[in-house]
Amino acid sequence: MLYAMCFLLFVIGLYCALIKKNMVKIVIGIMIMEYAVNLFLIMLGYRAGGIAPIIDKGHIQAASGMLKSTFVNASVDPLPQALVLTAIVISLGSLALMISICIRTYEKYGTFDITQIRRLKG
Amino acid sequence: MSIPLPVFVAIPLVTAFLLPIFSEKRRVGATMLANIATAVLLVLAITSIGQSDVYRIGKWPIPLGINLVLDGLSMLILLAVSVVSFAAMLFSAGYMEQYTAKPKFLSLFLLMVAGMNGVVLSGDIFNLFVFLEIASLASYALVGFGCEHEELEASFKYMVLGSIASMFVLFGVALVYGNTGSLNMAYISKAITATGLNKGLTFALGLFIVGFGLKAALVPFHAWLPDAHPSAPAPISAMLSGVLIKALGVYALTRVVFNIFGVSIHLGWILLVLGLLSMVTGAFLAIGQWDFKRLLAYSSISQLGYVVMGIGLGGLIIADGGSTAWASLAILGGLFHLVNHAVYKSLLFLTSGSVEMSTGTRQMKQMGGLARVLPVTRTTCTIASAAIAGVPPFSGFWSKLILVIAAVQAGFLWLAAVIVFVSVLTLIMYLKVQRYVFLGQLPENLQNVKENRGSMGCAMIVLAYLCVLMGLLLLVPDAKAMVLDPAVNVLVDGLSYSSRVIAMP
Repeated sequence: MLYAMCFLLFVIGLYCALIKKNMVKIVIGIMIMEYAVNLFLIMLGYRAGGIAPIIDKGHIQAASGMLKSTFVNASVDPLPQALVLTAIVISLGSLALMISICIRTYEKYGTFDITQIRRLKG
Repeated sequence: MSIPLPVFVAIPLVTAFLLPIFSEKRRVGATMLANIATAVLLVLAITSIGQSDVYRIGKWPIPLGINLVLDGLSMLILLAVSVVSFAAMLFSAGYMEQYTAKPKFLSLFLLMVAGMNGVVLSGDIFNLFVFLEIASLASYALVGFGCEHEELEASFKYMVLGSIASMFVLFGVALVYGNTGSLNMAYISKAITATGLNKGLTFALGLFIVGFGLKAALVPFHAWLPDAHPSAPAPISAMLSGVLIKALGVYALTRVVFNIFGVSIHLGWILLVLGLLSMVTGAFLAIGQWDFKRLLAYSSISQLGYVVMGIGLGGLIIADGGSTAWASLAILGGLFHLVNHAVYKSLLFLTSGSVEMSTGTRQMKQMGGLARVLPVTRTTCTIASAAIAGVPPFSGFWSKLILVIAAVQAGFLWLAAVIVFVSVLTLIMYLKVQRYVFLGQLPENLQNVKENRGSMGCAMIVLAYLCVLMGLLLLVPDAKAMVLDPAVNVLVDGLSYSSRVIAMP
């Protein structure tokens, strides 16, 4: 159910990016898509009532030096969190570039309406 | 001697961040440094021919850490990237003098090279996404580098579609991780072979095809390419058309389809149809163009269609249980065409840049008779046109010949007919270029245009020699066994990729 809502958010972002005529709104649509994917990644690793995946001495079996199975079964998956951090940094970079292109375009054309920014054809 | 693989990413990345230190007055130093970096990359890529290697970053064992993999296919694309970036960098030494902020341009250029090398070498699917974004972001900025009306518009269009493509790919990566519990390509492939495709993985595969298809500008997804490629400065057009759409699009797509998911009859048909649509639509749209660079951009779509069609045909034959010999012939044709196209299309874009710099226009109707005043540009452009149109003995002829033979042997006679037909269309469009740009009357206002010599001439001549000599790569058995065959085997062997990577020391 939650996954379906996440996908719905993705589709809303896609719709916004493809249908809207205002450049800034298109950028917002792309960002909504980003957030949907980030949310999806976080949910993949989430476990209801899970514990933070930080190992301390209590989690290691004294005899073998291996992790206790209770820890492995209860902790959330840390990998998607690392992925989301990377993805957020990348999306920040692309957001900055997109917005600066929007501003430069506004300086040249005097409008954000993509139906009026049409010098390239064919 | 085995080269540590991270240097292919590290050299351009470090140089890219050193370059902005150079002020506008020290642009000569910056140009030298950037050229040295691409030259070193070219030498390293040539010495790595015939190697296969796995590098574990931080010495973590494979499913835990990120690994870089160099196999035949990576090596082939790495070589193409190095050759084209070397020539384009040499060309931009002269060409970019007309722009301000040259050190920043060179820095973005090298970032793009670092991203492409990373995509090609990465053995980890999320890492592939990160490098894909590095290369894409640099290319969005480079398309809009001139900051004029058309360039900004093209850059925005490219950026929106490119970002959507990246999101599709990231969503696909997330789904694959959720379903297989691994991000390492070899382990994903192992998990998929064990369990088979479920709904989530099939959906992820669809997302990958759309995402990488957008990056490769295959026909239903091609809308950005004819705006973005002509708007960029000429050396960047050469990089974008020559290698970027291949490294980010075709390479990533074939890697995912053949080595991770495993090719099936449906997938083979999807690739074949995408390739066919691109071939025919691109060629018809190209013929009607009067803007020199726009014509070249549409022709890129058409030529890329050949590559995807060849690879798809090979996959189809494999999945159908047909003869491996004909399957590998089709894939060989596709991959050889990919390398050939990288060389001659980048050469064509460089010559168009040279023409634009001399005459100040891209409209073919305003040109004519330039053969007399631009001898070097004319000769190199004619060689490249002959190569792309498939005139023997230039390189394009051999790859198209292989594709036709493979199509006939596999029983797709209509496919062979389409290949020949599109080849004729290509010949027509390049005859048009020759006729309107280089032959006929020289207009009054272009009487005293100057030929571009120096580094720009050098870059064009180097690529022109390659165009003539590339046929040897196929005809000399040793060269074929060193460069092309390993790449073909990676795709033909398909899913054995995983066990090979895991077994490598």
